[in-house]
Amino acid sequence: MSRYILRRLIAMPFLVLGIVTIAFLITTVTKGDPLTAIVAEQQMSNPEVVAAAKARWGLDRPLPERYMIYLGNLLSGDLGTSFITKRNVGTDILYRLPATLELVFAAMIFGTTLGIVLGVLAAYFRNSLIDHGARLFALFGSSLPVFWSGLGLLFIFSVVVNWLPGPGRLDARLPLPPGVTGFLTIDSLLAGNITVFKDALWHLLLPAFVLGWTVSGTISRLVRANMLDVMSREFVLTARAKGASEFRVVIVHALRNTMVPTLTVIGYSFAYLITGAVLTETIFSWPGMGSYAVEAARALDFPAIIGVTIVGGLAFLVTNLVTDILYVVANPRVRLS
Amino acid sequence: MSAQLSSARSGAIEKPADPLLSIRGLRVGFRKAGSQFEAVRGIDLDVAKGEVVGIVGESGSGKSVGMLAALGLTSKNAVVTGSVRFKGDELVGKPAREMRRIRGARIAMIFQDPLSSLNPVMTVGAQIAEAVRLHQRLTHRQAMARAVELLALVAIPQPERRVSQYPHEFSGGMRQRAVIAMAVANDPDLLIADEPTTALDVTVQAQILSVLRSLQERLGLGLVLITHDLGVVAGHADRVAVVYSGRVVEQATVSDLFADPRHPYTRGLIASIPNLEESRERLFSIEGSPPALGRLPGGCAFHPRCIHTEARCREQDPPLLDLGGRFSACHFATTLPPFHSASPASASLETGSIAP
Repeated sequence: MSRYILRRLIAMPFLVLGIVTIAFLITTVTKGDPLTAIVAEQQMSNPEVVAAAKARWGLDRPLPERYMIYLGNLLSGDLGTSFITKRNVGTDILYRLPATLELVFAAMIFGTTLGIVLGVLAAYFRNSLIDHGARLFALFGSSLPVFWSGLGLLFIFSVVVNWLPGPGRLDARLPLPPGVTGFLTIDSLLAGNITVFKDALWHLLLPAFVLGWTVSGTISRLVRANMLDVMSREFVLTARAKGASEFRVVIVHALRNTMVPTLTVIGYSFAYLITGAVLTETIFSWPGMGSYAVEAARALDFPAIIGVTIVGGLAFLVTNLVTDILYVVANPRVRLS
Repeated sequence: MSAQLSSARSGAIEKPADPLLSIRGLRVGFRKAGSQFEAVRGIDLDVAKGEVVGIVGESGSGKSVGMLAALGLTSKNAVVTGSVRFKGDELVGKPAREMRRIRGARIAMIFQDPLSSLNPVMTVGAQIAEAVRLHQRLTHRQAMARAVELLALVAIPQPERRVSQYPHEFSGGMRQRAVIAMAVANDPDLLIADEPTTALDVTVQAQILSVLRSLQERLGLGLVLITHDLGVVAGHADRVAVVYSGRVVEQATVSDLFADPRHPYTRGLIASIPNLEESRERLFSIEGSPPALGRLPGGCAFHPRCIHTEARCREQDPPLLDLGGRFSACHFATTLPPFHSASPASASLETGSIAP
C-alpha cells in the first residue's frame, strides 16, 4: 500500500499542473475584461492609463509568456497580487482558508455523526416513527436551501430567543488569539483563553449545523439504504447466533460494512465545501474561501480566481487520496495497486 | 441401502432418557401488512445428548424457521408459541439478555452459505475470538490463541497464518470449517446446522460433513442437521423428522424411516432419490408443489398431492400418531401398503405415476 501512496504522491504535481493550466486558461476565455477591475470607469477611455495598467499587470504580453511567468511565480510560492485587495493572493487565502476549514470540519463532524446515527436508527427501526422522522429530517436537510434554513435559524436562535450570537466568527470586542492553526477554537485553547474559545464555539455552532444538516441528509439516506441491505445478510444472523448484543451486531458487524460508500460521500462533501460553502459563509458573514471566490469572480479578479481554483482542486486531490487510503481500512477486500 | 444405513448408526438408537432439547407444539406466525400466516404449524422434536437428528423438508417447509424460532432468532414480526425446553429450561419467551447467554455458548447454530455467513471486514480469527470472548473471560490474546486451536480442530492447515486472514482469502469449504470452529468455540451442548453443505461442491460437502461428525463424536454434541438431502440424513443422522408445510409429518430412526416409511410424503421423498442402477428411468417426483403459506388446503396439508387421499384427508388434519417409538401424521399410517425401499421403481409401480 505504501507503494501505492508513493505513486499517487508522485502523480500529484502533474495533476496540480493540470489544474493550474486549466484554471489559467479559463480566465482567458471569459468575455470580461479584467481591466474593468483595475482601472476606474472614467479612466477606461484614457489610453495612457489603460496602457500603463496593462503594462503594470503584464496584460500586454502574449498568453504563453503570461502563463510561464505565472508558473514561475507559483513555483516560488507566489500566487500573484489580487486586483481588488492589492494583497498577495496567497496571503488572502491563508487568511480565509482556515476559517473555511474550521467551519467545514465542524460541519462534517456534525453532519457525519448525525447522518450515520439517523441512518442506522432509521434502518434498524424501519417504517417506525423514528424512521419517518429521520427521513423527514434528511429530506429537509438536503432540500432546504441554506439561505432559507440559515436565515430562519439565525432569526430564531439569535434574534427571537437570543441563545446564539449573530453572524461572524468572533465577537468584535474580543481579541483574536495568536494565529497558530488559524482555527479560532484551537488557537484560543492553545492561548488558554477560555472566553474567546467559548465565543468562537458559539459563533461556529449555527453555521456548522446549517452546513452539516445538508450533508447529514445525504449521509443518513445512504447509510439507511446500505444498513437495510447489510442487516439482511447472513453474517448478521451468525453474529446474533454467537450471542452478540444487538448493539454489537449493528455497530461492529453491520455498520462497518456500510462504510465504503459512506466514506466516498464524506470525502466528496468535504472537498466540495472547501470552496462551495458560499451561501453559508455569506449569510453568516464568515470570511472564508467561498465568499472570497464569489467576490473574486464578480470583480474578474483573475489572480484570486486562479488561486481559489487551485485550492479547490488541491482539496479534491488530497481528499480523494485520503478517502482511497481509508477504503482499505474500512474494507480489507479493497486492494490498492 | 438399508444395510449400509444400519451399519452406519446402529449403536445409537436407544431411546434417550432426558432430552437435551425438547420442542413441543412449536408454532411460528408472521404478521405482514395486516395479513398473518403460519410458517410453522406444530413441530415436536427431541434431541438427546450426543444424538444426531436430521430435519428433512423442502424449501419453505418451515424447517429452518422453526429452529431459528427455537433460538429466538426470528424477525421482530414473528409470533412464536409452543414450548422449547433446553435442559429443562423454557426458551420461548425468555428475555433477550438470557437468550444471548445461551446462544453461541450452549446452543450454536451455523447457516447455509459460508460465503455470506462470515463478516467480510473482520479477520476470521477476530470473528472466532469474538465468539469466545462473548461467553468467556479471556484476554484478546488468549482468545486469538484459542481461535488458532479451533481452526486446527476443524483441520484448517496453517492455522497460525489463517487466523489473521479475511474470509475472502478462504475457499468456500474452509469458510464453512471456520464457521463450524466458531460454533464450537464455547463447547456447546447442541449444534444446529442449517443446510451446512448445500452451497458447497459435492466433494467439499463430504469433508464438511465428516468434520461435523467427528466434532460431534469428539465433543459429545447433540447435532441437528437441517437438510433437504435425504442422502445426508441417511449417512449421518440417528433419527429423522420429516417436515411438510410447517409441521412434522413423520419421525423415526433412520433405519426405520428408510426401511418402512409410514407417511406418503416420506415415501415420495425416498422414491425420488436417484437410483444409479436404473438410471434410464425418469426420476420420480411427487406431483404438484407444496402449498403456499397462508393458503393451505383444508384437512391434511399433503392431501392434494397424495396418492392415498380419501374423503377423510380433506376434512381432518391428522395428529402425529405414536406408532411405538416412531410417529406419523397420516390417517392411514398403520394401513399403508408395504414399501420397497431398495428400489424407487418398486415404489413407483404402486403409484403408477412414472413414465418409463
